[in-house]
Amino acid sequence: MSRLLRSLTIIAACSLLLAAGAAEAAGKAPRHLKKNAGEPAVAAIYTDSGPEPLLAKVFDAIESNRLEVAMQQTEMLIKAYPNFRLAHLVMGDLLLARSRPLMAFGEGGGPAAGEKVADLRDEAIVRLKGYRTKPPADYVPRYLLQMRAEQKYAVVVDTQKSRLYLYQNDHGTPRFVADYYITQGKLGADKAREGDRRTPIGVYHVTSSLPRQKLGDFYGSGAFPINYPNDWDKRHGRNGHGIWLHGTPSDTFSRPPKASDGCVVLANQDLDTLSKSLQIGLTPVIISNSIEWLSLDDWQSERTSLLKNVEEWRQDWESRNIDQYARHYSHKFNSDGQGYQGWIEQKRKVNAAKSWVKVGTGNISMFRNPGNEEYVVVTFEQDYRSSNLSNQMKKRQYWIKEGGNWKIVSEGAA
Amino acid sequence: MTKIRLTASRLLTSAVSVALLALAPVVHADALQDISKQIKQGQYPQALEQVDKYLAGKPKDAQGRFLKGIVLTEMNKPNEAIAVFSKLTEDYPELPEPYNNLAVIYAQQKQYDKAKQALEMAIRTHPSYATAHENLGDIYARLASQAYDRALQIDSSNSSAQNKLALIRDLMSTAGRPGKITKPITDARPVEPVKLAEAPKSAPATAVAVPVAAAPVAAAPAPVVAPAKPAEAPRPAPAKAAGDANAEITNALDLWVAAWSRKDVKAYLAAYARDFKTPAGESRSAWDAERQKRISKPGAIQVSYENLRISVDGDKATVKFRQHYKSASLKTSSNKVLLMGKRDGKWQILQERIGS
Repeated sequence: MSRLLRSLTIIAACSLLLAAGAAEAAGKAPRHLKKNAGEPAVAAIYTDSGPEPLLAKVFDAIESNRLEVAMQQTEMLIKAYPNFRLAHLVMGDLLLARSRPLMAFGEGGGPAAGEKVADLRDEAIVRLKGYRTKPPADYVPRYLLQMRAEQKYAVVVDTQKSRLYLYQNDHGTPRFVADYYITQGKLGADKAREGDRRTPIGVYHVTSSLPRQKLGDFYGSGAFPINYPNDWDKRHGRNGHGIWLHGTPSDTFSRPPKASDGCVVLANQDLDTLSKSLQIGLTPVIISNSIEWLSLDDWQSERTSLLKNVEEWRQDWESRNIDQYARHYSHKFNSDGQGYQGWIEQKRKVNAAKSWVKVGTGNISMFRNPGNEEYVVVTFEQDYRSSNLSNQMKKRQYWIKEGGNWKIVSEGAA
Repeated sequence: MTKIRLTASRLLTSAVSVALLALAPVVHADALQDISKQIKQGQYPQALEQVDKYLAGKPKDAQGRFLKGIVLTEMNKPNEAIAVFSKLTEDYPELPEPYNNLAVIYAQQKQYDKAKQALEMAIRTHPSYATAHENLGDIYARLASQAYDRALQIDSSNSSAQNKLALIRDLMSTAGRPGKITKPITDARPVEPVKLAEAPKSAPATAVAVPVAAAPVAAAPAPVVAPAKPAEAPRPAPAKAAGDANAEITNALDLWVAAWSRKDVKAYLAAYARDFKTPAGESRSAWDAERQKRISKPGAIQVSYENLRISVDGDKATVKFRQHYKSASLKTSSNKVLLMGKRDGKWQILQERIGS
């Protein structure tokens, strides 16, 4: 009788946990994800290397009152990931439930551990949610509009889901490779100020690689700084520095979902795997609050439409018809303090002195900003030739949608 | 650090004496009683001396060895105590008390996994053994506390989880447990000391002393195990042969259920005939291996039956009953049919199926 009671109470406790996770998942999952939830996602095979599959089994077993099974699975989990604190907490609950009834997740940790237990509970929820609501194989993050040929991979982070997704550049089409649990800033995302303990939202890239030997144990198996603040951030007065992708201390498998000073933290084994795909100065790291997923068709049409605009801009520049050229620019245009009028007037003057202009755009990349500010960063190698001047440069433009049309809001050397 | 809780001390005076009288000549009983008293009064060196002296004459005596283990534990000689209790578990695997006390010492040494295993053995032999359950609960609490420490990076060594484990002071403390395992299953074996603990149940203590005094050697089967088997008694006495067969079959069934319940795979498999027809037509060795795997899973198993119907046809019988099965992960009740046959004078299972 008392045994039965115990089983019942732990069920109640863990159902609470799972119910919270499910509700959150149901509320936030994009529509098309739900629609596709029944289909076996091809992607699933990749992430089965992490602890989530076993963790999900543990909670399934608890939910169906197979506590002995749950304990066996948790033992396996601990064996595979000895420093996985969440697994130890679940083990504590399962053991304690055998000696007394439990009313809440991790309550045996004692009153002093409340915050840590809450952290681990959050970790359980986001891990299970990430595992159960995987992106379908034929959907891609909206931000990866166009990768350059030499950008072999792209990283997209979803801070709400505490998840990092790795995509491979398959002849221009992003293909899902793997996803990993991550930790973001203690106070969440949308970094704006130095020391605000937030993770920036935006389009960045890996700028260097700091080997483990040069770092303290706190950063784990290595670190990859990203270029926060980027041009856009600076223009909007955001500051701070030292935002890295890095690992965990040697005695810690993973940190809670919100714990860093703004860095994106991965388990060491995940960082090690990921690091093989990171190209310094090349690999985009796009950090989003909540990833927007597009079907490949929608993604393709958005991409084609913007590419067409870039091509028209190129042709209009070659035509030396300044009015045609000017229609691609926003009235909010600003480049190094030069506004729309100044920019256009200068082009008009320059063009008047030329008998011909040839513009080449090679190696175009296009990444959409994931934040509230909707813009696309377009980068390419510009090969400019004219009757009196030629030069090659790497150019960066910021395109926005204005009145339904794509316009350039900023332009300059990359 | 771990305080040993004295439990069953009241039994030391009453039940101990009765049972000891039953198991040995009065002189020995007195000696053991004296040793118990010395332990109670904390005169451990004297008690050790006495018990060694006692064991010199009766080196195999379970009661004496058990007391020696207690003394060594109290004298803080855990390794020697472990040796004594371990040997007892080997010689008397059906006694839960040595397992329990081994667990207590392991727990003192913070070897909680070993403690847990020992307690699980104690419970396996006696599923309703309250002290072992209680102690196991404490062990789980400590393992939980360790897990929480790892999870939360806190030191909870002074938290409330530090319950005390109960060391069993005598082999009699389980006297009150249901006589499940001491039923017909054991009557084939020589009488062992614990079984005598059942004596007070069937007769007043004073009455027990009498037959024992008449036959001081504890070799004769104790009266406890002799009572008519329940399955046999209410039967409306059919032909004698059939009655014998029924009794034999019931006995075989009891042995099978008991072996299963105490997870004794060897004894369990021995209930099946060599020509047992495996349910899915797999090879016998494959089936054996599968059963072994199932039964050896962690956690206690309890199997019982009711509504037994036997129909004998020569040296074959169809045995129907309702089977109750309970393990850590599964609880079922189902109708079962066994086709049994006599092989080398023993009733064995030829076929086993669920249904009616």
